[in-house]
Amino acid sequence: MSKIRVLVGTKKGAFILTSDGKRKSWKVSGPYFAGWEIYHVKGSAADPNRIYASQSSGWFGQIIQRSDDGGKTWNTPGSSPEELKGPGGFPKGESNKFVYDGDAGTHKWYDGTQHPWEFKRIWHIEPSLTDPDTAYAGAEDAAIFKTTDGGKTWKELSGLRKAKGQLWQPGAGGMAVHTILLDRKNAKRIYVAISAAGAFRSDDGGVTWKPINRGLKSQFELPDPDAEVGHCVHRIAMHPSRPNVLFMQKHWDVMRTDDAGGKWTEVSGNLPSDFGFPIDVHAHEPETIFVVPIKSDSEHYPPDGKLRVYRSKTGGNDWEALTRGLPQKDCYVNVLRDAMAVDSFDPCGVYFGTTGGQVYASANGGNTWNAIVRDLPAVLSVETQTLS
Amino acid sequence: MIRVELPFHLRNLARVSGEVQLEVPDPVTINGVITALEERHPVLRGTIRDHGSLKRRPFIRFFACKEDLSLEPAETHLPPAVANGSEPFLIIGAIAGG
Repeated sequence: MSKIRVLVGTKKGAFILTSDGKRKSWKVSGPYFAGWEIYHVKGSAADPNRIYASQSSGWFGQIIQRSDDGGKTWNTPGSSPEELKGPGGFPKGESNKFVYDGDAGTHKWYDGTQHPWEFKRIWHIEPSLTDPDTAYAGAEDAAIFKTTDGGKTWKELSGLRKAKGQLWQPGAGGMAVHTILLDRKNAKRIYVAISAAGAFRSDDGGVTWKPINRGLKSQFELPDPDAEVGHCVHRIAMHPSRPNVLFMQKHWDVMRTDDAGGKWTEVSGNLPSDFGFPIDVHAHEPETIFVVPIKSDSEHYPPDGKLRVYRSKTGGNDWEALTRGLPQKDCYVNVLRDAMAVDSFDPCGVYFGTTGGQVYASANGGNTWNAIVRDLPAVLSVETQTLS
Repeated sequence: MIRVELPFHLRNLARVSGEVQLEVPDPVTINGVITALEERHPVLRGTIRDHGSLKRRPFIRFFACKEDLSLEPAETHLPPAVANGSEPFLIIGAIAGG
């Protein structure tokens, strides 16, 4: 029997929402890691029982959690009682050791001076498409780390910060690798996005990287119209069947590229605001995309107090408001960049979580919506696992 | 035997309830206690002091015998009452956060 898990990270713990393929009745489990900020929870495509979670706290720092049974039980990798008893000399207590490679160096600070790189937390974990023990982690301050032992140890892919890292500058929300996209057709190709540095691509498995920001315009932040880095990219999304086509929600502007980031063009079209955070692509229609417009960079809530997902079936420019089942008055929540996901059922399910603690679901590609749960802590991330 | 009290979240992380009791070689110092604690509970590495630098995390405080030892050097000898186990060494999450 088909089943879905919706993995929800919040400001005060993680939750797992489960349903069958009809997606009408839901069970809510959690909180897991209660009281901690859970920036991201994501399952492995290679082994759906393997789930990684990023747990952090201003007091106690970063923790990585891993489940090998679909979220029923969790351990910090490498420190389960079984592993500690093992004779193999497993690394102990290093699953949260994120140390920049070599001399960490400096990046641009708010006042224009150089500032040392300082690890703060992991925003996003992207498991490998083929190996459950391999995963990538996007960090604040911006860097990408990789594990090949199921999260027991992590090593920085420091070539990313060599892509003009000295010119990267934090935005108001910090400076983090918040998006990691893996190419199903080319195992060597990885995309990342960083606020406020831009989008980057590696074609050699993460060893070397180059900025892919041509066509982005950030006129008030970056007076140089040809600036290679410094753009505040909020999120990028890809359909697995077309890894050269990317969609981007930038600080302002919704963009697309058809050549793997060689050139971006604006597709904001008739959106009521082109400011927002999340963007995602329909599971079966590569030209159908979803965004949640927010009023402005100063007012992080929906225009007119109406929570509306906008859908384009033409890869942008022509957008329709999806409102059925969503609050259409007095709604002032935000939807953060990692808090939208789709499932792979047909019809495609679409999910998003809000800073007000609601998780909304549509089982018909966005036509109608229902709240799975309404009163969670502020939602930081939403991911899905479609299980057969 | 050294007695250590952990804050709520670290007790949950280490899956312990109540105090942790540790053997710590003489002389008993702040660093000696933390090192013994991390060896017993590797999951706590990086949560009390940073990996690498071993500096106390900013919002962690150390108390013993009603004294704040947070700003004392890591090699500071702990009071005899802690060293002989009659008083606990307290690891506390600072009252901060807003």
